[in-house]
Amino acid sequence: MYRYDQYDQAIVDDRVAQFRDQTRRFLAGELSLDEFRPLRLQNGLYMQRHAHMLRVAIPYGLLSSKQLRMLGHIAHKYDRDYAHFSTRQNIQYNWPELEQVPDLLADLASVEMHAIQTSGNCIRNITSDQFAGVAPDEIIDPRTLCEILRQWSTFHPEFAYLPRKFKIAVNGAEEDRAVVLMHDIGLDLVKNEAGELGMRVIVGGGLGRTPILGSVIREFLPWQHMLTYCESILRVYNRYGRRDNAFKARIKILVKALGAEEFGRQVEEDWAHIKDGPATLTQAELDRVAAYFAPPAYEKLDAQAPALDAKLAENVAFAKWVGRSVRAHKVPGYVAVTLSLKKTGVPPGDCTSEQMEFVADLADQFSFGELRVSHEQNLILADVKKADLYKLWELAKSAGLATPNIGLLTDIICCPGGDFCSLANAKSIPIAEAIQRRFDDLDYLHDIGEIELNISGCMNSCGHHHVGQIGILGVDKDGAEWYQLSIGGAQGKTASLSSVIGPSFSAAEVPDVVEKLISTYVTQREEGERFLDTVRRLGLEPFKQGVYGNTKKAAKEVVHG
Amino acid sequence: MAKIILRDSIVTDDWTVASFPVSDQPIRKQAGKVVESRLTGDVSATDEAVAALEISASKTLVPLAAWLARKAELEARVKTGTLGVWIDSHELAETLAASLDDLNRFPLIAINFPRFADGRSYSNATLLRTRFGYRGELRAIGDVLQDQLFYMKRVGFDSFAVRADKNIEDALRGLRDFSVTYQTSVDQPLPIYRRHRQAGASV
Repeated sequence: MYRYDQYDQAIVDDRVAQFRDQTRRFLAGELSLDEFRPLRLQNGLYMQRHAHMLRVAIPYGLLSSKQLRMLGHIAHKYDRDYAHFSTRQNIQYNWPELEQVPDLLADLASVEMHAIQTSGNCIRNITSDQFAGVAPDEIIDPRTLCEILRQWSTFHPEFAYLPRKFKIAVNGAEEDRAVVLMHDIGLDLVKNEAGELGMRVIVGGGLGRTPILGSVIREFLPWQHMLTYCESILRVYNRYGRRDNAFKARIKILVKALGAEEFGRQVEEDWAHIKDGPATLTQAELDRVAAYFAPPAYEKLDAQAPALDAKLAENVAFAKWVGRSVRAHKVPGYVAVTLSLKKTGVPPGDCTSEQMEFVADLADQFSFGELRVSHEQNLILADVKKADLYKLWELAKSAGLATPNIGLLTDIICCPGGDFCSLANAKSIPIAEAIQRRFDDLDYLHDIGEIELNISGCMNSCGHHHVGQIGILGVDKDGAEWYQLSIGGAQGKTASLSSVIGPSFSAAEVPDVVEKLISTYVTQREEGERFLDTVRRLGLEPFKQGVYGNTKKAAKEVVHG
Repeated sequence: MAKIILRDSIVTDDWTVASFPVSDQPIRKQAGKVVESRLTGDVSATDEAVAALEISASKTLVPLAAWLARKAELEARVKTGTLGVWIDSHELAETLAASLDDLNRFPLIAINFPRFADGRSYSNATLLRTRFGYRGELRAIGDVLQDQLFYMKRVGFDSFAVRADKNIEDALRGLRDFSVTYQTSVDQPLPIYRRHRQAGASV
């Protein structure tokens, strides 16, 4: 993975010193609350319901075991011995003291990490495919360009105070695990007919209050122009994006207002002035960064592992876990393993200091000392030998990290919600837990098969409910917490936005409603059909019928407005 | 006379800024964020306000709208070096550039930050310095604070009228917040990979 050179290190060290001074000035009364707010936000520090929350960047989800140990150490030293992996491949601490944050940042800097631009109206952490570099369907490893984008966007002087937050995702595989259609800029790496590297440029996608799929404004942009082209997109947005209404300030609103074609034209017009200028990427820089992502020293192994097959045949629990948690790898004899952070009773994405230490050891022992964080809030060991799977399973199980539910109903994507977040309308963690408890029968869970259930506590959609096959959104009705359910969303190349099934429900009703949706699916599905396929084939109606029955509830809701 | 930061020192300054009277707009907030009311391209002042603006005979920065509307009257002062123009954040550098054959006839151009979080002025500065080739003094006015000076300097500002209630000596330190930069900007037209990281360059 990428390692800092003296320049990268100087920048994060300078940042620690800068933030230490800003904190000091705030505490001394030299900076007002309003003046300090954007400064602390651009360093990932939020004021939450009970305390400060610090979001630390995990660029494109890649971590070394050394870094994970430090994250665990930080949770122990400055927090309550746990932290939360977010839906944007970051990690969040819920209880640091403001006075200690500069020291915390210095600890992070010691392992080449930071909290720069993890919040605020600026370019946020670049996200990508959690299986980058190992996925069999990969066309181009996106990590090199992700790292180049990370550096370019770090303290970009022109784009530090945008109308609103700005998220860039990069995908390099057939399947789009980076959800590029749902980002302010999505870059889909492709090769042209001549075999040259470039990208499809997508702008204006996003979740939130107004979910919109992005629009392609350029079918093929040669890689050398990635930074100048992004500069032009950002410049058009920075100048013309709305600043009079925070809810209409994302780039998607500008793209929608102008039309993608006109927006693209304005980008091209600006770009004509800087194209081929000094910010054009060089082969030397591409090669320099790419060298850090060279494949590790894989052993030459057989694709088949007879000992593994024997274990799979004799141990059903192990086979179930392998069936859910293990993915194919481009190198024979290796697989990628997802460790579930979705154990029932634990808030999705939460991880204790002890578990972090433990996973760091697993990474050292089984996966070249590296791991990944997925936007589904799980941890991934990307380079595990098939022959090691059984040993890994036993160890992971002992630490509560081997729940065989990856991609199943209880592998819930969930924001911190009203328990922590001051923006939330409703709690989300207890909803996730209630659903996990309702569906605790593993056989049933496996029979239901692949399904994504996403929960957001408010319109800001941190839990990606719009692209959940079942999406749950917390809404506020007369000061009470209610939940709106929608179905049919999907991420990936065939991304779609979910549709609301009808009036909302109380927290206590949600597990019943999910159960009714599932049983509708189970009775209506055709051979081999996944939940999403059935919804797409049949539409909303049978599911509405299954949930609302004779529509008494729907009618009642209408009467009460 | 007011003190400003010019490049990296504090100097006294004899320019005054002529402004239209502002109606007191309350600060509005949405989702916990302060929002600005003016969209890019909005009108800056009524014709009456433009006509009524008093412009003193000493060195004066006039609003873009006044310069455009009263060019005939003001043009002579460009020659004497006693006139500069300031652009507000919702106005465009292009408009100013189109108003004069050579922007370098202005000894001073200022760009306003109505609030420090209004980032449009960074793009206006970048464009004045790059696309429109302005080489004279470029001043940040308005909500100009220590923690933004480094960014302002990078996009081409070389003078800074720090907000009057702030300690200008403290603010000066903001120009030195970072010792390394990655990306191209006005103060450093080469990205880091064309300066340090090429094959053979010492890393």
